[in-house]
Amino acid sequence: MPVVMSSDQVARTIARIAHEIVERHHSLESLALIGIRTRGVPIARRLSEALAEIVKVDVPTGVLDITLYRDDLMRHPVGPQPVLRRTEIDFSIDDRRIVLVDDVLYTGRTIRAALDALIDFGRPRAIELVVLVDRGHRELPIKADYVGKNLPTSLQESVQVRLSEVEDRDEVVIEDAPDS
Amino acid sequence: MADAVVLRGGRVVDPANDVDGHVDVFIEESRIAGVGVDLILPEGVREVAVPDGCVVCPGLIDMHVHLREPGQEHKETIATGLAAAVAGGFTAVACMPNTEPANDEAGVTRLILERAADAGLARVYPIGAVSRGRAGEQLAELGELHEAGCVAVSDDGQPVASALLMRRALEYAGMFGMPVIDHCEDMSLADGGVAHEGFRAASLGLRGRPAVAEQILVERDIALACTTGAAVHIAHLSSRAAVAAVAAGKASGARVSCEVTPHHLALTDEELDAYDTRYKVNPPLRETGDRAALVEAVRDGVIDVIATDHAPHHYDEKLVEFDQAPFGVVGLETAVSVCLDRLVHGGVISLGRMVELMSVNPARILDVPGGGLSVGAPADLTLLAPDLPVQVDSTTFRSLGRNSPFDGRSFKGGVAATFVDGRAVFVNAAVSGADQLQIGA
Amino acid sequence: MPQTADTGRDAHSAGTSVLSTPAGLRTTDLLSIGDLSAEEILLILDTAEAMQEVGTRAIKKVPALRGQTVVNLFFEASTRTRTSFEIAEKRLSADTVNVVASGSSLAKGETLADTVRNLEAMAPDVIVVRHAAAGAGHLVAKLCKARVINAGDGMHEHPTQALLDALTIREHKGCFDGLRVSIVGDLLHSRVLRSNLLLLEALGAAVTVCAPATLMLPEAARFGVRATTSIDEAVDGADVVMLLRIQLERMQGHFFPSLREYFRCFGMTAERLRRAAPDAIIMHPGPMNRGVEIASDVADGPGSVILEQVANGVAIRMAVLYLLSGGQGG
Repeated sequence: MPVVMSSDQVARTIARIAHEIVERHHSLESLALIGIRTRGVPIARRLSEALAEIVKVDVPTGVLDITLYRDDLMRHPVGPQPVLRRTEIDFSIDDRRIVLVDDVLYTGRTIRAALDALIDFGRPRAIELVVLVDRGHRELPIKADYVGKNLPTSLQESVQVRLSEVEDRDEVVIEDAPDS
Repeated sequence: MADAVVLRGGRVVDPANDVDGHVDVFIEESRIAGVGVDLILPEGVREVAVPDGCVVCPGLIDMHVHLREPGQEHKETIATGLAAAVAGGFTAVACMPNTEPANDEAGVTRLILERAADAGLARVYPIGAVSRGRAGEQLAELGELHEAGCVAVSDDGQPVASALLMRRALEYAGMFGMPVIDHCEDMSLADGGVAHEGFRAASLGLRGRPAVAEQILVERDIALACTTGAAVHIAHLSSRAAVAAVAAGKASGARVSCEVTPHHLALTDEELDAYDTRYKVNPPLRETGDRAALVEAVRDGVIDVIATDHAPHHYDEKLVEFDQAPFGVVGLETAVSVCLDRLVHGGVISLGRMVELMSVNPARILDVPGGGLSVGAPADLTLLAPDLPVQVDSTTFRSLGRNSPFDGRSFKGGVAATFVDGRAVFVNAAVSGADQLQIGA
Repeated sequence: MPQTADTGRDAHSAGTSVLSTPAGLRTTDLLSIGDLSAEEILLILDTAEAMQEVGTRAIKKVPALRGQTVVNLFFEASTRTRTSFEIAEKRLSADTVNVVASGSSLAKGETLADTVRNLEAMAPDVIVVRHAAAGAGHLVAKLCKARVINAGDGMHEHPTQALLDALTIREHKGCFDGLRVSIVGDLLHSRVLRSNLLLLEALGAAVTVCAPATLMLPEAARFGVRATTSIDEAVDGADVVMLLRIQLERMQGHFFPSLREYFRCFGMTAERLRRAAPDAIIMHPGPMNRGVEIASDVADGPGSVILEQVANGVAIRMAVLYLLSGGQGG
């Protein structure tokens, strides 16, 4: 179970991405962060804190649950429905620059669902994408604007991001997916 | 002599003649010619071995069935109903008058007897209507009905609601020796209910028929029987309170008899959970305490008769909302299995007592032949197979009705063969050695 | 099985925060609250809370049930419940069809079984059924493959009403354990009562029911509730006071002499309500008879959450439709 990012590396990576966001935007006035449940949410919150330290601006941060937009919802009637949790975006996204945040970029389907969901909330000026890990194997034409780490993987492997807000520690590991 | 048969080696249970043992039964010219060991038999008598474990008893009589003909032949015909009867071990049935038209005049009675003779299976004893059109208003011509062959009168399906009419019916039918059979239920209290009033109906949101509705009419009928000195028979007793009322009536010397159905002895309203209309019956399946009281009354003799209240319905009629479904279950083809399993194997009663409940007492109450294997009596016999494993499958029923609450259930005990007038009218192929029982055909 | 899409990862990495909730509903039909465990009830409430947010958006629609056909089969008039289901279905992008008794073949004497078999032949995914006969939903479920939601069957149950009541109670009171809930009105004929009793018992509330003796719940003790014919006793210390509708035709069955007398003996007035807890909430499943079971100043008063119940109805029905549309969990 190789650890590919330690707790320190996770922290440094998030700090680095915060700096990249600042570099790329002249002003953070119209910026908003939206974390995708589950692990995009703590990453977005950490980014928000980092931005507040760097530029002393509170960037509005929201939470997006993409469950109702999944493209596999009604296509696997054997399993129970995925658990739905609350979406919390208490600001208008109209004309904002939205930075969408997720932990792992893989097939791109979650991001597709997130884009569809965001469009239902309003009409942002632009949407950018932050991911902590890009593990490849895209099935849709989607590319991240900020990548913490590019991590070539095989399809048999699974990438697990652990964050202290959800689990007991920060780390990224590669596991062999159980064959079943 | 082709017409002479001796049934050898079986256990014979004939409580009317105080017989319970392994003896031979000699049948000659459609009649019982002797019961015992070392019978002196003429030459050429065919010897038939009773299959292992089988019991010979006087033919069972179901004194409460609905044959539906004339008028509702899509539910049952006299021929299919009687085929079901003999398959269930019954050599005779008494059929209720709620046909269309009602059996309230001799023409209908004669038609029923004619169709029964054509079927040539079980005997049929028609029960005439108390009132014209069973409307509860004017007495039917009970004298003519009696003459045509009716053995009792009833407005079954509903009670004789008017106490005055009930009094007159008891007095008038009593002249002809016919008992009045009453479906006891105060209809204003029943109030359109579809299930026993209690916790189950309350939680299922079904309107209840309270037990007190039955108790009130049972008590009224017993009081009227006392006043008139006539015989009343309470149909399908269902509640603890009604059992107590009958017991008190008997103790006071009233001429009251009563019956209970196998389904009320075996089932309770707990069956209703899935709104399965096969369990919708009137009187309704009641609570555990009521069922226990009925079983106890069978044991201690308060209950005289087990009768099926066989009430076939077309499957379409039962495939509706519970509220809309007609009341009734079929019972002819399962009664023996239920009674052997639950009552005899269940340790409630002896086989002899079961024969009293299903043969001796019905014959006595209706004053019809049968109920015993006396020399000279018609050779109406039922061969029980008390240890036969039976799984009820309604698709194999002879009855047109499939509305059995016992469908799919397993029982220990069944029927091996049924003989009417010394002739095999039913032989159960599932009983080994039964093939040689094909006699008199 | 290797991960084939990152959208599937929730199922592979359930966080510790959701360990107590079941993966889904075991039942494929919602005919009775008795079909649900306490955990499943809470799952529905949690899901409904998430669904509430959809109703606050500019575009109140999500694609979750895209391509699913839902038939609202209503044999009894019910503007409120049917509208609530229909809005819930549309917010989830299901295709909805309304079949109402007066406009259907029912008026032509077709049986429920034939009506349902004909609908089934057109392959709906969900049938929402409201019928005057108890157990009608059971019959529909027996006859078809579509998932069946009972929207009220005679005097039996109205499960989504109890669920929306529970959501409303939870929003105000936080939890159910030991909560004192008093239910007053026509207990005998109420399907809302039966669903609520099952639900409140499962979640641990202490329920008192109150009605005239003629409209009392039979064998109340076996339902696990305290029963009284005294309104003052029923209201005393209650955290939640739920009033049930008095059907005006009940006077014909000798259940009570007049509406005037009912109000005098059992109507919920501000005066009577003073015995309840100071922060008690007032609930009514609707439609209300003002001046019969409830005085207007109570219905419109500060403790009334009656319109919140209606609002929560949509979210609850979205949650139920969503969760039932999955495969069997557990």
